[in-house]
Amino acid sequence: MIYDIRLTIATDYAASAATGRHVVCVMPRDLGPGQRLIAGLLSVDPATTLRHDRTDFFGNPVVEFAVDTPHQGIAVQVQARVVRAAMPVASHDAVPLDSLRGVLAGWRDMGPDSPLHFTAATARVPRDAAMTAFARSLLRPGMTALDATLVIGHALHGTMRFDATATTVDTPAPEAFAKRHGVCQDFSHIMIACLRGIGVPAAYVSGYLRTQPPPGKRRLEGADAMHAWVRAWCGPQAGWVDFDPTNDRTCDASHITVAHGRDYDDVPPIRGILRGAGGQRSRQAVDVIPVGDHA
Amino acid sequence: MAVPAPGASLFDGYCTLPGVADELCDAQGRMRPGWAPLIAHLSGLSPSQTAQAFARGDQHLTDAGVYFRKYGDRTAATRDWPYSPMPVVIAQADWDTICAGLIQRADLLDQVASDLYGANQLVADGHLPAQLVASNPEWLRPMVGVTPRGGHYLHFCAFDLGRGPDGRWWVLQDLTDAPSGAGFALETRIATTQVFPDLFAQANVHRLAGFFQQFRAALGAMKDDPASRAAILTPGALTDTYYEQAYIARYLGLSLLEGGDLTVTDGRLHVRTIKGPIPVEVLWRRMDGNWSDPLELRGDSRLGTPGLIATIRAGHVTMVNALGVGVLETQALMAFLPRISQALTGTDLILPNVATWWCGGAAELAHVRRHAARMMIGPALGTRMPYDTTDTHAIGSTLIGSDRYDSVDPWLADHAPDLMAKELVTLSTTPVWSDGALVPRPMTLRVFLARGPQGWHAMPGGFARIGTGADTSAVSMRRGGAVADVWIVADGPVPMPSLLPHASGEPFQRASPEALPSRAADNLFWLGRYAERTEGQLRLLRAWHGRRSEGTSAPLLDAIAASLAWHDVRTGRAIPQGLRRTMQGAVQAASQIRDRFSVDGWAALTDMDHTMALMQTTTQPGADAVLATGVLLRKAAGLSGLTHDNMYRTAGWQFLTIGHALERAAATLVLLARLTAPDAADGALDLAIEIADSVIIHRQRYANVTSRDTVIDLLALDPLNPRAVRFQLDMLLARVTDLTADAPIGQMTDFERGVRTLQTAFAVHTVTTLDTAALHAAARDVLDLSVTLNAAFLH
Repeated sequence: MIYDIRLTIATDYAASAATGRHVVCVMPRDLGPGQRLIAGLLSVDPATTLRHDRTDFFGNPVVEFAVDTPHQGIAVQVQARVVRAAMPVASHDAVPLDSLRGVLAGWRDMGPDSPLHFTAATARVPRDAAMTAFARSLLRPGMTALDATLVIGHALHGTMRFDATATTVDTPAPEAFAKRHGVCQDFSHIMIACLRGIGVPAAYVSGYLRTQPPPGKRRLEGADAMHAWVRAWCGPQAGWVDFDPTNDRTCDASHITVAHGRDYDDVPPIRGILRGAGGQRSRQAVDVIPVGDHA
Repeated sequence: MAVPAPGASLFDGYCTLPGVADELCDAQGRMRPGWAPLIAHLSGLSPSQTAQAFARGDQHLTDAGVYFRKYGDRTAATRDWPYSPMPVVIAQADWDTICAGLIQRADLLDQVASDLYGANQLVADGHLPAQLVASNPEWLRPMVGVTPRGGHYLHFCAFDLGRGPDGRWWVLQDLTDAPSGAGFALETRIATTQVFPDLFAQANVHRLAGFFQQFRAALGAMKDDPASRAAILTPGALTDTYYEQAYIARYLGLSLLEGGDLTVTDGRLHVRTIKGPIPVEVLWRRMDGNWSDPLELRGDSRLGTPGLIATIRAGHVTMVNALGVGVLETQALMAFLPRISQALTGTDLILPNVATWWCGGAAELAHVRRHAARMMIGPALGTRMPYDTTDTHAIGSTLIGSDRYDSVDPWLADHAPDLMAKELVTLSTTPVWSDGALVPRPMTLRVFLARGPQGWHAMPGGFARIGTGADTSAVSMRRGGAVADVWIVADGPVPMPSLLPHASGEPFQRASPEALPSRAADNLFWLGRYAERTEGQLRLLRAWHGRRSEGTSAPLLDAIAASLAWHDVRTGRAIPQGLRRTMQGAVQAASQIRDRFSVDGWAALTDMDHTMALMQTTTQPGADAVLATGVLLRKAAGLSGLTHDNMYRTAGWQFLTIGHALERAAATLVLLARLTAPDAADGALDLAIEIADSVIIHRQRYANVTSRDTVIDLLALDPLNPRAVRFQLDMLLARVTDLTADAPIGQMTDFERGVRTLQTAFAVHTVTTLDTAALHAAARDVLDLSVTLNAAFLH
């Protein structure tokens, strides 16, 4: 599947900002056979006084830029073409949950994809007895790490209510879990907490999702937002398996990865510090257009 | 057979504890080398002479305003720094062993940092469990792969040591991230020189000054651009060691900068000053690594500088020490360091560290379980001794701070990989003075190492923490106790540090006054504004309460209330909360610049705030409030006198004065516009004269005839009346002339242009041209100066 992806993140300031410095993480990754980045362009308005393109620790492409002239807002635009293929899940390679701890104890790889980075509690995914107990209650003897991932993801989808207004970007995962509602970010943090709680390394993924317009309707431009889901490490052979708890399914060719992190804080689409007074308003528009489907 | 020391009486009465090493007395009961002159000196003093000597040390610390603030205590409670006048004496030979061991250790830790932020070979080869790195919050991923400028991660370290019963020294704690205490060591030494003024030369005590000279020179030598600065990076006034940081900054002649003082422009780090951005290349960091750049580390940090890491990555800045070396303080690391030393250098550690076990290993866990009674157990990834944290921990089989477990075993079983254990070491004792005799108390030593061009050098001294009781386990230090000087005593005369040019380096000199950081200027400006605003509000309140009790007409009272309401001060209570808020604005501004504000000034300000707080609960409206506001006005006058009579005329004073003058000019203009308006209430003109404290001069000048013209002339146009607008505009003009004395000709800032325009307007105004509309317009113009001032100096 080939996609053209367009993203606009625009922030308007109530008062002019003297200077601003931002890091954005919005470009689809090039992940090999499953996801190829054919072309990608990221532009910033107003003109930047400094721009530095690099990859972060986890290999995510980020762009750091500064605007040192007074400005009323920032607009970041991405245009990217991606080839995405669904990769088969190697379910028979997943290790039994009971032996995962032993495997990890002997693991010495410290590279960016190492499961070791994704086992500890983080600021947004604290160890939480309630979530761990929820996960544990779903386990059955003989389950593999993959079985556990699927059953937990499915159960969360069943018990959680998607509510775009109930939480904010800063709602703690335990609170969203207690109230059983939230958006993709909450679903993902909760699932990560559940998995880490039972010893399965789990990462936060930010990315884009192809959405299907309602039957008979045309796809609305810019109606989508960025998405988030979960990766679980299911053993040395099975490796990482992506699961989308908001939609209760293993990720497929509809999911386009932007970044991997321990939680949202590692990979926010835009992180910025500006000097100036007053508040700001932000909006985001995303189009994921299968090529050949241009309206 | 030992020869009794002269004046051995104090020593004779000294009883050491069984099974414990002692600093004064060796295992055979002999006095250790180096102590004799001190013991002889003390033994020769009468009780009252001793008391006087010790009191001099305490007095010095009190005068110097040495204080210690508990972190997070926003009430800014200050308490004396506990000081024990008896120094700990360490003989040269013993000291040489300590130095050799610590230098080896500092080099090893530098290599470990290099590996953890580079190849990660220690993990790959199995010398260090991966989890201790990958799960470690102090392992800062943005720094992975970033080689520090100059190649070294560590430039300044501290170590806590203890001496075991066998007489050997042990490393208890490595302090690498942002070690504190060098300033305390220096202050303690100065206090001790007050107690024993004549003893130093005679006792061959090493001086500390040379260490600081070398370190200061080393910081300077790390700069590429001579015009750039080396500075100290502080988390700010609320940190518990802020005083110490301000002290060491003054001593070394370095700016004490907060994250907000720094800005990244054109990819380089700068300090924002009133003379524009000045490049910074070297930062002695007293801020924890995680907080230093909100763009790449903790995004919720308000202490850091966005973009700082980018300048480090680009090789423009040297951090002392490198960001991320907090990982070296990880408690469980000590379990692996002996092996790592062998792996990296092929040598054993000269100084052992306290025996440590990571509970993630099966054999280690079994050992810890068997010997839990002689262990302290705490978080593997903690960076402090278990007893120094609020985390769940165990001391000798007693579990502390857990609401889920009631004993050690199940806790250990559930959390083993997250825990480590340390041997519960027994510390040595040192003599402290108690009721005319010497008694043994446990102690640990803090030693400092700094890197120079030729490698590490140790501060020949440091300080000792002294436990409060006779309990000699390391845990006794948790209760704080006292701090004592440490004397390193040579076998012969010691070299005297000299201010003459050093053969191997540049001469030590204090830097000439550097351009004032914009944040400090801003705080001084607001201190001036809030202090004056407090006084203005007090005058309005006094007038309101005075007239209310006299039964003055409602319109006039309303006019006063309206002026107060302009600053959100209500007249419902005698001492309104709005007034207190203004007062606290002044306290808050001053607390940010303690390194630039006198001890007396601070005391006067906080005294006024405390009095006001007390009056809020006791004062009644009416006559009582008139008396209370009078008391507060006199305190305000005292404060104002201190700042204007005693403050050195630096750029800082200029900003304080600008704030004061701008506030008074604006408030007077608003008041005059209201009270001299054609529709003002009866009595408004007299009220204006009273609030402006100009009753007597008005009577002398104009007899008893009060008219709009006399009021405008005296309170707006008179260049000799400090209460008049014109006087304050003249003041502003004088200050802006001072501040821009060395600016290029023809490059006038909008601020200067605004001040000059206003001042000229008032110089040519008459009582006729300065009508109500002109007063309103002038008030707006004065308040707008705040904006142009910001643009000119404070951005």
